[in-house]
Amino acid sequence: MTATAMTLANSSGETASAALFYLFAGVAAVSALGVVMCRNIVRMAVWLLFALVGVAGLYVLMQSEFLAAVQLVIYVGGTLVLILFGVMLTSTSPFAHFEAKRSEVIVAVSLAAVLFGALVMAIRSGDFGKEHVSSGESASRYRVDALGQALLGDYLVPFELASVLLLVVMIGAAYLAKARRREDEGPPVVRGAGSVSELTTRAKRWS
Amino acid sequence: MSIMILLAASDWHRTFFEIVAGRPVGVGERIVYGLGVIAFVFVPAVLVFAMFAIWWERRVSGRMQSRMGPNRVGPNGLLQSLADGIKLILKEDLRPRAADSLLFRLAPYVVFAPVFAAFLALPFGPNLTFEPGLNSGVFWVLAVLGVEVLGVILAGWSSNNKWAVYGAMREACQMVSYEIPLGLSIVVGVLAAGTMNLVDLGFQQGGGIHTWVVFRNPFVFLASLVYFVASLASTKRAPFDLPESESELVAGYHTEYSGMRFAFFFFAEYAAMFVVGGVQVALFLGGWNDPLGVIGYQYERLMRDPAAHAVGLVMLNLGACAVFVLKVLVIVFVQIWLRWTLPRPRIDQVLYACVKVLLPASCVLLLGGALWGLLIPAWHRAGLVTNAVPWADYQPFRWGEWARGGASAALAVQVVLAAIGVGAAMLVAGWVFYSYATGRTLRQRLTRPEPIPT
Repeated sequence: MTATAMTLANSSGETASAALFYLFAGVAAVSALGVVMCRNIVRMAVWLLFALVGVAGLYVLMQSEFLAAVQLVIYVGGTLVLILFGVMLTSTSPFAHFEAKRSEVIVAVSLAAVLFGALVMAIRSGDFGKEHVSSGESASRYRVDALGQALLGDYLVPFELASVLLLVVMIGAAYLAKARRREDEGPPVVRGAGSVSELTTRAKRWS
Repeated sequence: MSIMILLAASDWHRTFFEIVAGRPVGVGERIVYGLGVIAFVFVPAVLVFAMFAIWWERRVSGRMQSRMGPNRVGPNGLLQSLADGIKLILKEDLRPRAADSLLFRLAPYVVFAPVFAAFLALPFGPNLTFEPGLNSGVFWVLAVLGVEVLGVILAGWSSNNKWAVYGAMREACQMVSYEIPLGLSIVVGVLAAGTMNLVDLGFQQGGGIHTWVVFRNPFVFLASLVYFVASLASTKRAPFDLPESESELVAGYHTEYSGMRFAFFFFAEYAAMFVVGGVQVALFLGGWNDPLGVIGYQYERLMRDPAAHAVGLVMLNLGACAVFVLKVLVIVFVQIWLRWTLPRPRIDQVLYACVKVLLPASCVLLLGGALWGLLIPAWHRAGLVTNAVPWADYQPFRWGEWARGGASAALAVQVVLAAIGVGAAMLVAGWVFYSYATGRTLRQRLTRPEPIPT
């Protein structure tokens, strides 16, 4: 293997990985636009699926497939399924439409503009792209054990704080669900016995 | 020549293609190579496996119900699935007018496509993994199966049919709850092994049956059972087939589908059975290694001078692939067997079993596995196996080194657990054989019935 062959392979690899980057980024961006533009909630969820898959593809391109897998497990396997579950439980027609009020649109657009501006400023001032990572080295760089050691070492306090936050959310959700059920129950009503006897009398009358 | 270069590779984390090419390859070439492998290896293999498994399932169910099953098309009815496939291709592709047409057409592909992404991580042999550098192969497979679930829910919802929506809702709540014990039981195995890379796992378990991850400690042993139950639920197999329970919901989420779109759901289901079985084999049951450790031993021996043993290494890889597929087929057989044995619970019973039984059990197992790793000296910490090159420094059944490294407690536990596991497997195999042997007389009794003694 000569040096020229290596540089040739590297340069063709760079253009190909750039093409892949634009492919995944395009999928993510177009699908994100689809989420915003679409009016049908279930179709929004599908657009969101493709947006998430596009971002996961970007993670894979950055050699951090663990992040990609976690993204898919949590957002597609968890959040998105729950969104669809909620739609199925609550909507009355399969084409549940979602109409935003004019005020909501204005608030959302201004918020999005502020966020976009902040992101653009952060990206322009940051050091992104300066440090070039070749595909050979990065495979060993983004190992899962390093991630775990970082989470339980340098970043232990934020990690634990986040877990406490999640625990609080969970306890709160359980408490709310339980309180509502207590209200619903009211005085105990024996419904089974009455209805069964009623059914049997009806059956007798029919026969 | 290319085979020589292939086998001269000492770096076992490179892709197969890089080894063949003998140089670091660009992303573009890798894309072409990957698409080629998917199109010419994975797709035909999945289709053939699905057709075989459907025939097998029908034959097994036939035997369990004292009837023949398909036996007309081809030898023993083997080509029955092919005939059914041709029929399905020729069938009209119906679409309900009230359905959400875009999502209805999209859903089978969302179900079918992700399964191939899962095949990327499965280790079929020491050098026969599509992407050996996937550091979190186990979770990759989980993630991909999550996408498949979303396709099932979409199919049920977009059909605009009440049976289909019921099936989709059941699938959603079943999946959201069973994903947790599935992930936790995998974590118990990963804790014992120390890696999530399925290829690393294969190399770690090359020293005979007592080095398989499932026998590392009692918690992993139980966690593998939890994983099996939860994987049944995640592939919608009976007794957790409520999303398509034929006796209540017509056909569940695919009630409105016909023709090839209907077939896609079945291909995806059987491919997912193979994938979850493959993860169980790779993570818990020794991967491509045989129980005696012959493959691991021979691989280490041949890799000392790969160029001289090119043919031997190729044969060894093929043998390892056969062992892996055979083990997965055993798991698939157990899945089929359970389907035709167990009754279907109600959805509240299914969720009860998950949230109140499997979830606490897997949490306890995770805690126990972590404590075990903390307190008991592990074999790979005893200096037998280094992390970088797992097969570098071991010989199967070299018992003395375990005692020298201070891992004798771990060794004793592993041997006892392996004995229990092998004993249980033998018992089950004997039971299956006994049933097979007496089933024949049962069929004779059915075809030529004798008067029932009163």
